[in-house]
Amino acid sequence: MVWLWDNLDLVLRLTADHVRLSIIPIVVGFIVCIPFGWLANRYTVARTILLTLGGVLFSIPSLALFVTLPALLGTRILDEANVVVALCVYAIAVMVRGAADAFSSVSRDVISSSTAVGFSAVSRFWTVEFPLAGPVLLASLRVVSVSTVSLLSVGSLIGVQSLGYLFINGYQRDFPGEILIGIAFTVIVAVVFDTILVLVGRLLMPWTRATPRRRSVTSASAAVTA
Amino acid sequence: MIEFHSVTKRFPDGTLAVEDFSLVLPSRKTTVFVGSSGCGKTTLLRMINRMIDPTSGSIAIDGVDIASGSAVALRRSIGYVMQNSGLLPHRRVIDNVATVPLLKGVKKADAHAQAMELLDTVGLDRVLAYRYPSQLSGGQQQRVGVARGLAVNPNILLMDEPFGAVDPIVRDDLQQELLRLQHDLDKTVVFVTHDIDEAFLLGDQVVILEKGAQIAQVGTPKEILANPASDFVASFIGADRGKRRLAVDSSVARSGDDVVLVDGAGYVAGVIEAPGGVLPGAGAGVNTDSLARSVSNKTDQAGDA
Amino acid sequence: MNLFLDALNFLFDPANLAGSNGILSRLVDHLWYTGLSMAVAVVIGIPLGLLVGHTGRGRNAVVAVSSAARALPTLGLIFLIILYTGLGVGPLIVVLVILAVPPLLAGAYSGLEAVNRQTIDAARAIGMTEWQILLKVEMPLAMPLIFGGIRSATLQVIATATIAGYVGLTGLGRFLIEGLALRDYKLALAGAILVIALALCVDAILALAQRLVVPHGVARGLTRHTDESAAPTPRQHGRVSPAPSNP
Repeated sequence: MVWLWDNLDLVLRLTADHVRLSIIPIVVGFIVCIPFGWLANRYTVARTILLTLGGVLFSIPSLALFVTLPALLGTRILDEANVVVALCVYAIAVMVRGAADAFSSVSRDVISSSTAVGFSAVSRFWTVEFPLAGPVLLASLRVVSVSTVSLLSVGSLIGVQSLGYLFINGYQRDFPGEILIGIAFTVIVAVVFDTILVLVGRLLMPWTRATPRRRSVTSASAAVTA
Repeated sequence: MIEFHSVTKRFPDGTLAVEDFSLVLPSRKTTVFVGSSGCGKTTLLRMINRMIDPTSGSIAIDGVDIASGSAVALRRSIGYVMQNSGLLPHRRVIDNVATVPLLKGVKKADAHAQAMELLDTVGLDRVLAYRYPSQLSGGQQQRVGVARGLAVNPNILLMDEPFGAVDPIVRDDLQQELLRLQHDLDKTVVFVTHDIDEAFLLGDQVVILEKGAQIAQVGTPKEILANPASDFVASFIGADRGKRRLAVDSSVARSGDDVVLVDGAGYVAGVIEAPGGVLPGAGAGVNTDSLARSVSNKTDQAGDA
Repeated sequence: MNLFLDALNFLFDPANLAGSNGILSRLVDHLWYTGLSMAVAVVIGIPLGLLVGHTGRGRNAVVAVSSAARALPTLGLIFLIILYTGLGVGPLIVVLVILAVPPLLAGAYSGLEAVNRQTIDAARAIGMTEWQILLKVEMPLAMPLIFGGIRSATLQVIATATIAGYVGLTGLGRFLIEGLALRDYKLALAGAILVIALALCVDAILALAQRLVVPHGVARGLTRHTDESAAPTPRQHGRVSPAPSNP
């Protein structure tokens, strides 16, 4: 604790870096997954290709991906872009599958009845399919948010500043307290992100408030597919 | 013979599904429990094979209290058919039918041979034996369900709204099939439905239930139709809306010999055979035209009075 | 592309293959850590998940544990445990097991939970014992999700075992870490390629095994079809009510 007060500046700066770097993949994953998820839900071929590709990308160990990207992107090895791009790749891999499941979870009856009452394809997508896919999308987004925050710290092994610095520094100085504080702050960031997502979800999808049981199940099975 | 002795069931959440229910279900007859959703009819059925244990009271099969043995052994000795067939999706039709014999240790070849015969019994083509349940239509799945229920050659067959989820034409088919089966096999059948017409069609003994499995009336379909015991029964079987009271309709021009019948509300109910224009049982010389006239005269008079 | 060629040159140089610091020896180590910790984790996680899934008790705890575990940064965890217990294979295995159990637990539990309640009810009604229901009905039907859990746990373990290189243990991660430490990017990239290849191969083998183990008729499309054709209230998934429903 004394260490924390003495180094509060450092910890807060690292926390800010951590927040900044993990927000990008979460947002990118969410935006990119919508067209891809729609494609995967619409065309079986697209589904097979996208989900297989996503599965392969997701199975690449993070450290290995961080190290491979400079050779692919032409970035410097210490560039934080490597880590951000890698985390975006993971986020997209998880979110595309999540979005495909989310769109297929929308009842066909609802879709055909909204076509029947005269929605155009575009307006039906934004006013019916997208909102109704929301709860399942949110479940995937929560998985992505938590794992992005956790994975980002691995990036400190290749020198990218985040709360992971405290792990390495604590290990090298043989000081578990510093590692504990790093873990605690990482978990706090993850919890804060998760809480924000849940609150935003409640705000935007008031009809889901009555059934909290379903959501926990979806997130459990999302945990498996992830 | 299945006997319920003052059986009560209160679920953990406090709902009283069955309250002090006593009844004898005769052997080799079909007893139908009929009532609206939530009246406790399925609970009654599921207590017979101990899927649900009563809170108080007892149930005996042929004089033996069912609580005395093991529930699993009891269930294996009783056929059970449910609404959505409940087939195991990962097993082929033939293995589904043979499930319980295999559990009981019957040799696979024997169990399969017997399962094939059962497919014949329920009117399924043997080529379906090696399909998975999902490759069958709803009606076919229900037939497989019935075959599985019969696989241990049980004395008792429990059927929980088995035809509830199939379309009316298939349901008709399955009902006729069940009547034929029951004629051949002579099981003690307990059947649950919310459809009174199905109950009257299939039941030797029909039990009309109110909330809490209170017996509104027990009897043969004829007895119940002739003398509804209460307003509830009359309403349930449709007698109060005139649905069960038929009359010859004179407003339709007759082509051929048959006569159109309408129910008390004026809806067409069917036709009645009248060879040579004469209703069976009617005295000589009374043809349908004059009968129709007299029926409509009566209504007129009733209106005047 | 030059970088990749350099890395590939390293990988296909026979001199780097054998020996105690060679690729083969480190691959064996990597597989050994992975296999051992997965074996322990499977023995712990799957029965526990099946128990929770079958009885419906403790589901909230499982959901909480599996999401909390995802929030824990593996890097911090591994360093912390090694600082407390000292360097060695034992502590590494402990960390790997801790990481592998939650996905296994979640897979087994949610696999069982996703099995249609009516199928289980029917199995009980025709006289299956609870064990028979678990072994002959629930487990085969839950196999896709159970296997999903095994696959994601295995990938997690392979990835984390890579980090073990940093704390001085061997395994394929060692090349990567050495390369970073020596600023020898060719070596680091070669290590990364090895780790990626290992992860993809293992996952492909597991995918193949999954095809063999998952019964026909449980293939995704088929179960979904049953749900829609048969049930008027199709999505009973996710409802755990051990008490029978009373219509």
